Amino acid sequence: MNEMLTRNIPPITAETAEYWASCARHELQIQRCLECGTCQFFPRIMCTACSGKSLRWVRASGRGQVKSFTIVRRAVSEAYAAEVPYVVALVELEEGPTMMSNVVVGNVDEIRIGMPLEVVFDDWPEGVSIPKFKPRMV
Amino acid sequence: MTLRGKTAIIGAADTEVGVIKHMGATQLCVDAILRALADAGIDKGSVDGLVTCNSMAEPYMYHAEAIAEYLQIFPRYCVSVGAGGGTTFTALHQAASAIASGICHTVVIAMADSLRSGLSRERALAMQSSTGHAQFERPYGATVPAYYALIAQAHMHQFGTTSEQLAAVAVSARKHAERNPAAQMRTPITIEDVLNSRLIADPLHLLDCSLVSDGGAAVIMTSSERARDFRQPPVYLLGVGEGHNHEHISQAQNLTTSAAVESGQRAYKMAGVGPRDIDFAGIYDCFTPVVLIELEDLGFCLKGEGGAFVAAGNIEPGGLLPVNTHGGLLSHCHSGNPGSMFALTEAIFQLRGQANTRQVTKADIALVHGQGGIMSSHCTIILGRESGQ
Repeated sequence: MNEMLTRNIPPITAETAEYWASCARHELQIQRCLECGTCQFFPRIMCTACSGKSLRWVRASGRGQVKSFTIVRRAVSEAYAAEVPYVVALVELEEGPTMMSNVVVGNVDEIRIGMPLEVVFDDWPEGVSIPKFKPRMV
Repeated sequence: MTLRGKTAIIGAADTEVGVIKHMGATQLCVDAILRALADAGIDKGSVDGLVTCNSMAEPYMYHAEAIAEYLQIFPRYCVSVGAGGGTTFTALHQAASAIASGICHTVVIAMADSLRSGLSRERALAMQSSTGHAQFERPYGATVPAYYALIAQAHMHQFGTTSEQLAAVAVSARKHAERNPAAQMRTPITIEDVLNSRLIADPLHLLDCSLVSDGGAAVIMTSSERARDFRQPPVYLLGVGEGHNHEHISQAQNLTTSAAVESGQRAYKMAGVGPRDIDFAGIYDCFTPVVLIELEDLGFCLKGEGGAFVAAGNIEPGGLLPVNTHGGLLSHCHSGNPGSMFALTEAIFQLRGQANTRQVTKADIALVHGQGGIMSSHCTIILGRESGQ
């Protein structure tokens, strides 16, 4: 396969296997500290707030809002060229943590900071489900 | 112990920059060192410390060792640093610390790369694809400009910064470059030219983005006691400070305030000066919004007022605080990790009074600031003509 036609597939590790397994079930999971209650993303072996080591995977609501965004007009590689223009956003989840994602929207010019979002999953033929977001009606 | 006034730069040189097809990255690095040695008037045999950063076009497992081997020098201190565009100044920090603690007495800091001519299109694309977190950022197809666009968009939303104000950074850089025969891009541009160049990642247009270049530079540092014995007037390191906040932009605690706040405060405190004492500056300008945020975080204007500060012409030739008088990454050259070396060598030439037609009127104290990653690692350096000792 032409290397340039391959999308950037996440290299799943022991630490993230649970996250990607939940994505495959179309559930967004993040870690919650059993000691102080803080939710965090990316996954880690320790709580960034209290350094506690009792972390539990919990299902996030999947709701969040646009913290910042850009509209990519020049794709990162040929594998993404057909999707141009596409939205790359920082999404602030209802539970607190921020994650990068794409916002899937009919007209990219509608995207705004603060726009309410909900998670959707993009099942890639490579066998991985990528959490993305779409505007949420409120 | 403080590093204030303990060390000085006694040699500085740039290679040719821009599109350099006749030399590879290793050759450029060695060329920069030979030119800096000639500038200082010393032989390679007196070098006992070497600090480099790796090249993307011609990487080595141990880069500094490879360069020492090429030169056939045998330093007692030899290290390759890796901190992206901020590399230059963290390298300088380490070199000064090594000299002040007596590990070595004459250190060469050298960096070069050939991003323009030394990488195939496939490798250049692969390199761009490899920026960001492999699992939680890269799958979403962000480009390097896109990561910085996230910062720009947040600044615009929070403070009302405009595309015209971002464009003013690029226009200023070009005005400086017009005065520098070495700069890669010297054709005058206007705000309209920037706004009419194609959108790469909203709100960044093509001319909001830095160049892709070949080139390198080297400086030679020694203790202040020895610094007066060489042919060039010494330039003293008065203050240095670092700030490190994150690696990945999606983990940034704040999109519009950077760890340049901490690095700047640490450098000012060591030097015993403040923003008002700075005559001119070299500010990392890989993309136009970075300059606004760094000017704010380094205390040259209030938070959120970077756009207005720049649009008023303050950073242009003859302005209140001339910034990147060589033309910066936007118009002089950007050869990757070595990019901010050219702001350092420019500060040295200005402080020595050797900047020809672009010489700033008052050049006693300069500030240079580098950042690496996506606003991740920051290092601020304050340089002066007097050691203050």
